[in-house]
Order: sequence, then structure tokens, then C-alpha cells
Amino acid sequence: MADLHTDFVGITSPNPFWLASAPPTDKEYNVRRAFEAGWGGVVWKTLGLDPHIVNVNGPRYGAIWGADRRLLGLNNIELITDRPLEVNLREIKAVKRDWPDRAMVVSLMVPCEEEPWKEILAQVEDTGADGVELNFGCPHGMSERGMGSAVGQVPEYIEMVARWCKAHTRMPVIVKLTPNITDIRKPAAAAMRGGADAVSLINTINSITSVNLDSFSPEPSIDGKGAHGGYCGPAVKPIALSMVSEIARDPETAALPISGIGGITTWRDAAEFMALGAGSVQVCTAAMTYGFRIVQEMTRGLELWMDEKGHGCLEDFRGRAVPNVTDWQRLNLNYVTKARIDQDLCIKCGRCYAACEDTSHQAIAMQPGRVFEVIDAECVACNLCVDVCPVEDCITMERLEPGSIDPRTGRVVEAEYANWTTHPNNPMARAAE
Amino acid sequence: MSATPQTPGIVAHRLPPERIAENFADIAPPFTAHEALVAADRCYFCHDAPCVAACPTSIDVPLFIRQIQAGQPEAAARTIFEANILGGMCARVCPTETLCEQACVREAAEGRPVEIGRLQRHATDALMGRGGHPFHRAPPTGRRVAVVGAGPAGLACAHRLAMLGHEVVLMDARAKGGGLNEFGIAAYKTPEGFAQEELDWLLGIGGITVEYGRRLGRDVTLKALVEDFDAVFLGLGLGGVNALAVEGAERDGLRPAVDFIAELRQAADLAAIPVGRRVVVVGGGMTAVDAAVQSRLLGAEEVTIVYRRGREKMGASGHEQDHAASHGVRIVTGAVPVALRGEDGLAEVEVAYVAEGPEGLAETGESFVLRADQLFTAIGQRLGELPEGLATEGGKIRVEGAGRTSLPGVWAGGDCAAGGADLTVTAVAEGRDAAMDIHAALTKT
Repeated sequence: MADLHTDFVGITSPNPFWLASAPPTDKEYNVRRAFEAGWGGVVWKTLGLDPHIVNVNGPRYGAIWGADRRLLGLNNIELITDRPLEVNLREIKAVKRDWPDRAMVVSLMVPCEEEPWKEILAQVEDTGADGVELNFGCPHGMSERGMGSAVGQVPEYIEMVARWCKAHTRMPVIVKLTPNITDIRKPAAAAMRGGADAVSLINTINSITSVNLDSFSPEPSIDGKGAHGGYCGPAVKPIALSMVSEIARDPETAALPISGIGGITTWRDAAEFMALGAGSVQVCTAAMTYGFRIVQEMTRGLELWMDEKGHGCLEDFRGRAVPNVTDWQRLNLNYVTKARIDQDLCIKCGRCYAACEDTSHQAIAMQPGRVFEVIDAECVACNLCVDVCPVEDCITMERLEPGSIDPRTGRVVEAEYANWTTHPNNPMARAAE
Repeated sequence: MSATPQTPGIVAHRLPPERIAENFADIAPPFTAHEALVAADRCYFCHDAPCVAACPTSIDVPLFIRQIQAGQPEAAARTIFEANILGGMCARVCPTETLCEQACVREAAEGRPVEIGRLQRHATDALMGRGGHPFHRAPPTGRRVAVVGAGPAGLACAHRLAMLGHEVVLMDARAKGGGLNEFGIAAYKTPEGFAQEELDWLLGIGGITVEYGRRLGRDVTLKALVEDFDAVFLGLGLGGVNALAVEGAERDGLRPAVDFIAELRQAADLAAIPVGRRVVVVGGGMTAVDAAVQSRLLGAEEVTIVYRRGREKMGASGHEQDHAASHGVRIVTGAVPVALRGEDGLAEVEVAYVAEGPEGLAETGESFVLRADQLFTAIGQRLGELPEGLATEGGKIRVEGAGRTSLPGVWAGGDCAAGGADLTVTAVAEGRDAAMDIHAALTKT
């Protein structure tokens, strides 16, 4: 039986599934029920200095839906906790005392001065919490006051605050990163320089979910106006995976532990983040959509997959995908594939044909009787037909054997790896060494 | 005193009024808005979609379903009505299981097609519910066209001609229009007076003068119409019914199924319609099924359909056969009635098994007796009396191209014209196409 036990920068939990700092972790009542449901840990919703902030009194969330109103993306304009600091600290202490095996990380956001950080860290330490997460990610409300992503967008500030925190607490310090920047490696490296133990990412992405075409207000609308919020949920997962991989494979930050966040909805999503180097994962939107019980699918699913694959513990597969993330110019140009349509599975909808015909390549022929066939001499193996086909595995990409002729180029498929850096068309190509 | 299903003879009020009302409620209730979105989302927006090819009126099905997906059922309806102005009725009565939904790739993939018919109803209900008419007439051409028969073919033809700017006089022998939409379809398929509502809505285009109670051959001659109008379209339908050539067929208790169906559609009080305790319906088409099922719904205790060939040859689709079976109708195939007996009225029907032989169907020598108070014949309809000079083919008016008859200036379409299935949707296509051909002929310079 696979062991899901997690040790992330010294913070241990029975499984890698933590609830991210967000509404579900705002109070004792919630967190106790989350632990009862099986969550490995929580990052308590961000604490700030008193007087506590206030939230809007209209809608805080907006959404994007797929078929049958399946929630694909969620946007929020909620701020950090709107309860007094003392109340939160008391509750954190009580919960941690009763659930010593679960990870209790506390998210923090105070003004960019050393004293407030020092002060709040001491108070958190008193609760017996396992670690802190510095919220440098929140893209709305707090950033306008010089906090949240306003800090996360300036690597020098990140480094400075991380250094203060490491100086004033014995607890592990995790820096939560905003994706609302150009190069995620820069703030990660800054956190590392400041001595942070880990980074967590991604926080939410600036977003407007929709525009009301009657009132012309962005949604969610507060009295006819809207402000950008933070986007999360399944829709942001690909962005998060890419950012996690960037940090995991950069030599400068490769050693930096990562807590993966962004659209994790099932065990599979979690396994993918971990394959790209994450040591723990944080979940929010899925729990907000379906409730705490989803963690049971996640733990059981991850366990089953690990058992099937023979991974005894998380470290057995963590980071295994990182070496396979490369740059475009390193991709093998001698890997030649062609689309293959399984006529027995084909339901003759013709979507592959329309996509190929109208996108670019005209590489699928429509024969009498709605038989669709790939024209190898035109197929560039773009994969679009696979992507638009409604039938799983009906269209596959199959590699041409080395030594065979690619009918599109008329050239022999070479067995050796060769990439753009040495390609004759590349003006920057170096002569073969 | 109310009757029961067991009351002998042909009597009314076999079921309490509330049961009757329940039985004749909408057979396929409309989608809710959310259900429609979920159903629409299943459409793959196929290239050169097979559902379009399967539709006699070639409605752009993927486009209208995408318009529903995009939150505009009214725009979807416009797409439908551009091809088929009776898209509302067709959404209710089309045998979609043998047309668009049979062709749907999801039928091939998983045996569950996109519910095109119900989506079409969702769209057309949305637009028709808004009131008003979605199309405008072209500037007047000064041309006048007579359309004889206000059934699906005539209505489609009249609407298209009016839209193109011609003046149309639409006449029908009956006291109201709609043709088979009004008189020939099971009541539960088009409840709450939809046929008349649709007719009124269609006439909202303007430019169509209606003359009901005017029968060709009795009140007006084709010759006079040809002289008075620039063109004539005949959408006469099939006025005659085939009679049962069986010993004893003259006795009481026998009735053409189409009369029974029409009575049901016109009745103010369905419970007041008399029906037999034991009913036999002879025939294998949709008319047979409609008569049989409605007999059950009125409270007949036993209803049997007797059809001479195998199930696969039945005009009623598998879906329709299942519908009948689910209402407790027994279907006997490969059998024909050979004798009707009874003191006064009908008491029993002798049915003989038949088999396909070298010279057609032949009795196998085996027979059985069905007790029956009432027998409906649904063994086909035929043309009524035709004006002189019209060439026929297989008992119907011969047409070439888009409904051109053998007489210059005279077009025909719908059930009265040769070719095509006898379906509402086919009649609409023929009426519309004849209108386009008439328009081309009238505006040729």
C-alpha cells in the first residue's frame, strides 16, 4: 500500500493534500470538518493586523461554466480574513492542539515593514502552528494597499520580507507567488535569496469573468461596477503547471521546495503537479465547489495509482517529469509522426476534416460515405484532429519508422536526434562539432 | 352513469375526465431552458452534417443547435423557419427517429442521438411565444397565385410566395385550415390547439387571403383558377380512404381510422367520444398506431393492430411501434382480417395468417378469431376526385422537378403528388420548393 505521508520542509501531514489559504480555511468550524473529512493540512486564511479588513457586501465570486454548468473557472474579490486577529489565533491554537498530525500553516499579510512582521510571527508561533505562508499573491484589494501581489511583483521586496521572517521565527517560511508577472523564476529566486524554505504557487490570476451586456458592468457586479478579481479553478491548471515546471527546472531554483496550487480537482491533477516537482499540493476551488469530501477521492485515487505503478512513497515519483520539460529548440525534429484514424471507432462527424481543412493543412480527405482519411503527404502531425475528435483514441499520432520516407517532405526519416540548434535553416546554428 | 373499459359495445366515458386529460397531455413536454442547454451541448457541429441531409427540408441543424448553445433560441428558430416555416409542427410530429436523429453521429456512436426534435421545439416555441411574425414580405410583384389546400404543403407554398411579394389566395374544402396538421395527427402530439395557433402565426406574413369551405371541383374549377391566377398550386392531400374488401365489411362498427383521428382532434370533450371495448385496427402505418393508441387512451380494454406483413415493413417506425406497445396495444403481424361477424354491429373478426409467396401474400390456412366491437381501417388513403387533364402516376398527381404537373401553370405537392414520403415535413419541402419554382417562372424576364 502506497504511503502518502508527506514531509514538506519539515511540516508533516498524513497526505499531501492541503486546503489552500482561502474561504474554506477561514475559521475553526471549517477546518475541523476538513480534518475530519481527511485533509492532510490547511493553510489558514490570511491573517492581517487589526483593525481587520472588510469585504464587499455584494457578490464576491464569478464563474465560467462548461457543459451542464460544470464550474471551470472561478473568480473572487474576497480579501484576507475579516475577523479579528485574536479570534483567528485562538482558533488556530485550539485546532492544532486537537489535530497534531495535520499540517497547520498560517498565511500572513501585513504591511511591508519589519516590525509588523516580527510582531505577527511571534503571535503565530504561540499557536503551535507548523509554518507560515507569506501571501504575496493576492491580486485585488490588498495590492492597492501595498500588500499581496504588490509585493509579489517586486523581487527585491520578496527577498527583504522573506529575510525578516526567517530572522524572526523558527517556523518554516513559504512564500506564495503571484502569477501576474512575466517570469515566475525571478520572484522564486528572490524568495530563495531571502532564505525562504519554499514557495507555493500559483495564486490567482487577474480576471474579469464576463461582462453583463444589459448593464455593461463587469461580473461579479457590485452596484453596477466590477473590479478585477483572482481567477482559479480547473481552467488555470495548465498555467500553474507551466510555472511550477519553470521553477523546478531552473538550475538556480531547482532545489527550492514547491507547494503546487492551481486548479487541482482530482488525484490526477495532484500527481501531475508532484511529477513536476511539487512536494505538497493545495486545493481550494474544488473544495469550494464540491465540499470537503472530495479529498477521499484524491487520497484513494493517488494511492491506487501509486500502487499500480509501484511507487511506494511520494518521493518515488516526485519530480520525475521535470527532466522531460525542455525548451522548444531542444525538441527532436527527427521525430516524425502522422495522424491515423481508426475507421472502426470513427463516428463520421467530420470534425477532424473541418479542423484540418480550415486551420491550415488540408491533410484529411473526405471520401464517399463520410470516410475520413489522412493524406500523409500533407499531414504535419499537428495533433489538432486528435484534439477535436469527440471519440477517445479514434485518432492517434503514430511515429514513422526511421529509414522510411516521409511522404510530405520526400526525405528519409533519420533515426538520430536532431534539433533546431543545428538545423541548416537556423541562422544561429552552430556547425556540427 | 359512466361506462368502464369493460362496458360492452361502442360507448363514451369509459374513463373519468381527469384520466382522459392526463392521457392526452403533451406526449413530449418541452425542455426547460437548462435541459435545452445540456441537450444542445451534445451536438458535435458535424462537418456537412448527416442530420441536415436526412431532413427533407434541409434545416441547418448544427447551426440552430449552436445558436441554442449560445443562448439565442429565437435566432435558432429563425434558422429553422428559413428552411421550414412549419418547423414548430415538425418538431412535434416528425418521425425524427427515422430522419435527423437516425442520421445523428451520436446515434451511431452510442445509440443516443442529440434530441434534435425537442431542441427544435424549444427554439420554435421561444420565437413563436414572442408573438409577431419573424419575416417580412418583399415588395409586391403584382402576381397572384391560387393555393388549393391549406395543409402543410399549401401553407408552406403560400407563405413562401407571400414572402416573395406575390398575392396568394389560399382555399380549402374544410371549414378550417391546417390539413392533416389539424385533422390527421394524434391529439397528444399537438395539444392545446397548436395547429391553429401555428396557422394564424404563419398567416402573419400578410398577403394571403384565406377562403375556407371552397372545394375544388364543387365550388371552383381548376380551369377557372388557371384563367384567373398567374399560377396554381395544388396541395390537395389524399381525400379518399381505401376500404376493406372483406366479407361483412358493410356492418356497423367499422370506420376509417382517419375519421376517428379527426374527430378526436376536433372534439371539445374527448371523453364524449365513443370507443369500443375491444378494438381492432387494420393497417401498419402511423395512422394505425395513432388510432390504436388513442383508443386505449379513451379507455378501450383491448386494442389489436393487425398488419399483413412483417414488423420491418410497417410504415410506423420502431419508435412508434414501441409507443403503441407501451400503451398496451397488441401488434399482430403477417395476418389479415378475412371475415367480420356479429348480430347487429361487430362482434368478432376472423384473422388469417398470411405469408409471402411467389404470387404475393397467401393465406397459410391458419386463422383465429378476435372479439371486437369496433374496427378501424388504416390501410391507406388515395386521391379524391381529380380535375380533368392532370396526369397521374401510381394513383397520385405526376410531377416533374419542383412540383410541375402536366398542366402548364399548375404545380402540386404534398401527399397528393407522386414521389416522396407522406410526411408533414416532406409536404413542407415540396410546397416551399414549388413556391420557389413558381416565383422563378413568374419573375422570368
